[in-house]
Amino acid sequence: MSARARFTLGQRGSRARVGTRARSAGKVGDRILFGLCALAGLLVVATLVDVVYQLVNNAMPAIDRFGLGFLWHTRWAPNFSVEGAGALIYGTVVSSIIAIVLATPLGIAIGLYLSMMAPRRVRAVVGPLVEMLAAVPSIIYGFWGLVVLVPFIYHLEPGLHSALGFIPLFGPASTTGISLFTAGIVLTVMILPIISALSRDLFLTVPAELKDGAEALGATRWEVIRGIVLPSTASGVGAAVVLGLGRALGEAIAVSFVIGDVTQIHASGFEPASSVAAEIAAQFESAVNPLHTAAMFYAGLVLVVISLLTSLAARTIAGRFDVGMLTRAS
Amino acid sequence: MSTATGITLGETGLFDPTAPLTPSGNLRRRSVADRFVRVTATAAALAAVAVLIIVAYGVASRGASSLSLGFVVHNSQGLAGGGIANMLLGTLEIVAAAAVIAVPIGILTGLYLTEFAGARSRTGRILKLALDMMQGLPTIVVGLFVYGLLVIPLHKESGFAGAVALSIVMLPLMARASQEVLLLVPGSLREAADALGVNRWRTVLTVILPAAMGGLVTGAILAIARAAGETAPLLICDSLFNQTATSFNLFGGVPSIPIFILQSYDLPLASAVDRVWAAALVLMIFILIANVGARVILARSRAKMGQ
Repeated sequence: MSARARFTLGQRGSRARVGTRARSAGKVGDRILFGLCALAGLLVVATLVDVVYQLVNNAMPAIDRFGLGFLWHTRWAPNFSVEGAGALIYGTVVSSIIAIVLATPLGIAIGLYLSMMAPRRVRAVVGPLVEMLAAVPSIIYGFWGLVVLVPFIYHLEPGLHSALGFIPLFGPASTTGISLFTAGIVLTVMILPIISALSRDLFLTVPAELKDGAEALGATRWEVIRGIVLPSTASGVGAAVVLGLGRALGEAIAVSFVIGDVTQIHASGFEPASSVAAEIAAQFESAVNPLHTAAMFYAGLVLVVISLLTSLAARTIAGRFDVGMLTRAS
Repeated sequence: MSTATGITLGETGLFDPTAPLTPSGNLRRRSVADRFVRVTATAAALAAVAVLIIVAYGVASRGASSLSLGFVVHNSQGLAGGGIANMLLGTLEIVAAAAVIAVPIGILTGLYLTEFAGARSRTGRILKLALDMMQGLPTIVVGLFVYGLLVIPLHKESGFAGAVALSIVMLPLMARASQEVLLLVPGSLREAADALGVNRWRTVLTVILPAAMGGLVTGAILAIARAAGETAPLLICDSLFNQTATSFNLFGGVPSIPIFILQSYDLPLASAVDRVWAAALVLMIFILIANVGARVILARSRAKMGQ
């Protein structure tokens, strides 16, 4: 019995027997290392919990005053102590949808090009360049968007209106080029590298035998993509899109440069608007009263809930793919 | 009877290897579709590269005229001009402090995930989900969190609060990078250390971490590059400072380049806007060098590990 116990012990430690002194010192060291690692992990979880606590705590005055109506009331008038985030949430959602609609097909196409079509040398150059788009800081996208992109959109708007004016989103051209639509374009550029790098990595995981098999049956490259590559990675690509969406929903600085900071809802995307994150960035420093600050914490709480839900959704959709693992530092 | 791919099926609907191969007649349409997809995908990739070039050129062409050695080594004089030396230094201080917090915790978290939590462990899965969520947090919310955690109790915006906020941005990146590279360390190294009777903590310190060093450094550099350009957390936690002074006190306001850009871009002074472009160019060059450097180090360490 005791021999067996010792055997099990040896198995668990899987170490040869050494001097008792060294072993006990080793045990202490092992415990310290484990303790430090567990502490670090605990800190991560505790930080997340504290994020929610701090936001709820500081948002309390606004939560008491506005309740859940905060989410759909559209009047944002801090000077009159009236704050409703409806228009902000509308701006956040619509600008992010514009970005997702534009960036998803583009990102998947880039992922396909980099994983299945580009020659090895081209891939080694273009891949990092596309990822570099994610490294550009949001403040540079914002400033660049204001100075370079906004005039360009200004000249683009009349054409888009005359061609697609039957869709309410493409309403009459604005007078400046600063608009919800411009914010959507900036967000497109910012999330494109996320979707394309993730989908490229996903497409590279498709076993070569499957692709070779399909090609041996005479399938063209497009048929391999449609029949093999996309179906087998669909859940991962879906998760990548959701991750991109999460990034777009939370972007503050770049959006605040080009969206116009107008807290009204317009059907036309060419009108200036505002988003939850951009409004916090624009007004936090110059809050007019404590309720205003609390309302911005409330808005931040809304953002946190949205971002936690998108993270969960991405993980659920991803299924067998560990998308977080593929994300790297982008 | 034939399928889209031109494989002839026999009377029974099963594949008949003896039947002659007959073209299905739509090869032309199929190859047109294929070519269309190839051209579209190539164009999309070119468009992304073009956007990067347009952004980089937009910043470089506007910033280059005001960028000089003096701009980087002289302190700002507010509206009167000057350089950005104190803000560059402030950014370095804040980011260094953030790295001191985030890099060790990130590596320890990565170690926990690879060395202590098995693939099916529940705590490991919870921790991974928490890291995903942390990475998904909007950076402005991170700023709000630290504002509630540090700025309100201390009644003071500070470089330290900014550093804590940036460390929360860096931590999930660092943890994921560590986990990824620690998983790449060959199992034979661990087994060899085990066979020699080396304790777990010694194995980790003397075998596993050194083997993973290249990847860890890469992860740290990429996380630092990401944090250096973050604006939203600093806007909320560290935007009250003297633009013209050098600050070595992390517990007071520390100037930084992103906030300088944010505070000066709409000044009605052409010279001030020129300096903003130059500051943006400095920031972009720093981040570009960090990214390229990280890639070089990663390629080297991968080659050393024989992968």
